[in-house]
Amino acid sequence: MENIDSMLSLDWDIPKKPYPAKAITLPTGSKMVVREISREEVPFLLDAIRPLLTISADYYDIVSARMYAELLGWYRYRVRNEYCLVGIVDGELAGIVNNRLYDSKTCISYHTMALKRGGRVGAHLFAAKQEHAIENLGVDQILVTAESPIGFNRWMVEWNLEPRQGMQHELGGANAYALTKEGYYLRKSKLVFGERPVPQALLEEALHFKVVAPDMVKDART
Amino acid sequence: MPREVAIVGCGMAQFGNRTDKSLMDLLKEASTKAMEHTGLGETNVSALYVSTMLAGELTNQTAIASALADELCLVPAAADRIENGPASGGSAVKNAYLAIAAGLFDIVLVVGGEKMRQVPGDRITDLLATMTHPTAEYIHGVTLPSLAAMFTRLYMNKYGVERKHLSMIAVKNHENGLKNPYAHIHRKITLEGIYSSPEAEVNNPVIADPLRLFDMCPISDGAAAVVLCSADIAKRFADKPITVAGVGQATDIHAVSQRPDPTTLNAVKISSQQAFKMAKLEPKNMDVVELHDAFTILEIAESEDAGFFEKGTAHKAVEAGVTSLGGKLPINPSGGLKARGHPVGATGIAQVAELTWQLRGEAGERQVKDAKKAFCCNFGGFGNNVVSFVLKRED
Repeated sequence: MENIDSMLSLDWDIPKKPYPAKAITLPTGSKMVVREISREEVPFLLDAIRPLLTISADYYDIVSARMYAELLGWYRYRVRNEYCLVGIVDGELAGIVNNRLYDSKTCISYHTMALKRGGRVGAHLFAAKQEHAIENLGVDQILVTAESPIGFNRWMVEWNLEPRQGMQHELGGANAYALTKEGYYLRKSKLVFGERPVPQALLEEALHFKVVAPDMVKDART
Repeated sequence: MPREVAIVGCGMAQFGNRTDKSLMDLLKEASTKAMEHTGLGETNVSALYVSTMLAGELTNQTAIASALADELCLVPAAADRIENGPASGGSAVKNAYLAIAAGLFDIVLVVGGEKMRQVPGDRITDLLATMTHPTAEYIHGVTLPSLAAMFTRLYMNKYGVERKHLSMIAVKNHENGLKNPYAHIHRKITLEGIYSSPEAEVNNPVIADPLRLFDMCPISDGAAAVVLCSADIAKRFADKPITVAGVGQATDIHAVSQRPDPTTLNAVKISSQQAFKMAKLEPKNMDVVELHDAFTILEIAESEDAGFFEKGTAHKAVEAGVTSLGGKLPINPSGGLKARGHPVGATGIAQVAELTWQLRGEAGERQVKDAKKAFCCNFGGFGNNVVSFVLKRED
């Protein structure tokens, strides 16, 4: 055990630029603040994800189980160089995205999960995750896979990712696809949005977000 | 001399993603509500018309009208399934009207429904595309969204309609849908969010250029029902029976590209003229209208071809707020197909139900003040079979 801990503690977290929060206008006209989450805030996210573990629709159970493990692993120092962004709308947690650095030039895209559905929250958060990796972490490529048809359409097709034949993504199952730095900058003007700096009042609200029952859980109750 | 026909009750099952209910459950729920609204006992119903386009394909149940008659304890009432694509509901109401007007039946329950969410979207898109011309359209990969996109592009070029106008219709209909408890979509959207902000590029992505996500109606489950009877007995069931004052139906050339002017919806034009003529009324007499906005452009085109606006001018009326809930001619107070949703077999009946509630003053927050005369048009295929109605309140 001590050996594992000492191994995991080596070179803990590659230094990086902080991700500046931004505000995105949603179809409703509401502003979604996207900001980076600190490791200490992870328990709040686990509370938000836990109710989704039994929702099979649109693979929420699989994605939430994996994301739960990834975030818990980061919180307990079992995953290295993980990063997580959240979207907050009207002071409520609307979505979560996470990834991790494989090395200083390659990022592994983990998961994208909208807790408030139908408002393009996932699309904006996925784009923010790519922005974070390319522009803040400074990687040359991000390896992506999809665990649902919706994810495949949205990420591989919308972002026109390059297939990496024969390279299995670390999440297992499907092939890996890559968003290169060049590909990112080609699509940035059409897919990556948000205003900076975020007005102070909005930012304050986003710093102390509430966790409410995700849409999928509310739907399952009705 | 045909008998006058009245609508004396209506009911709906919530539109949306109804994983909790079977098609039969939805049809029963809407039917029961309509019969309760009417104060009608099962033994009074002499016929049942069930409109559904895809029951056999999607729910593996054919001859659904006979099954529903038994489930609702209506046996030995006559029962038929009516299929006319997305105009199935309108056709079912029309057939009920004809049967009562002819003196064949006195009281008819009309119910329509669909369960479309239980298969992937691409399967539904393909099933709906089978309505298009098999050799001139379908075989080439034409879908309803792609036809609507080409139609929109022509309309934009010819009449100056802009993306902004389409977005305004989506915003209006979502706003109305928020006031309709049966609507599939209860979500406010804003012009900033789907059109004018930089983020609108992601919020409202292109589906079939120039049409975007918020120009499309959702794929819905749901059911709607109305009860019709001969006008001479209507007062037994309703203080305010609503008269079916006009009925029209027309077809058009199947392949859209073969029509003399593809931007003219001839079947809308003819069926609405028939309905107005029969009602001895004109478009200007209408207080509230329900149109078949499967795509936002259709609300513009239908409102022109039904005679509410000069051709090429409806988008200006939208911009001026004429068609908003508080405007001079409210269109789609229910939220339309855009927000109420579009379970294809239910839509035509949902339109008639909405207008009945409006004319009876029972439409709640979305009530059009003092509405007495109403029009709806149920659009089948890509306008190649359209059913129109004029309804009025008898004071």
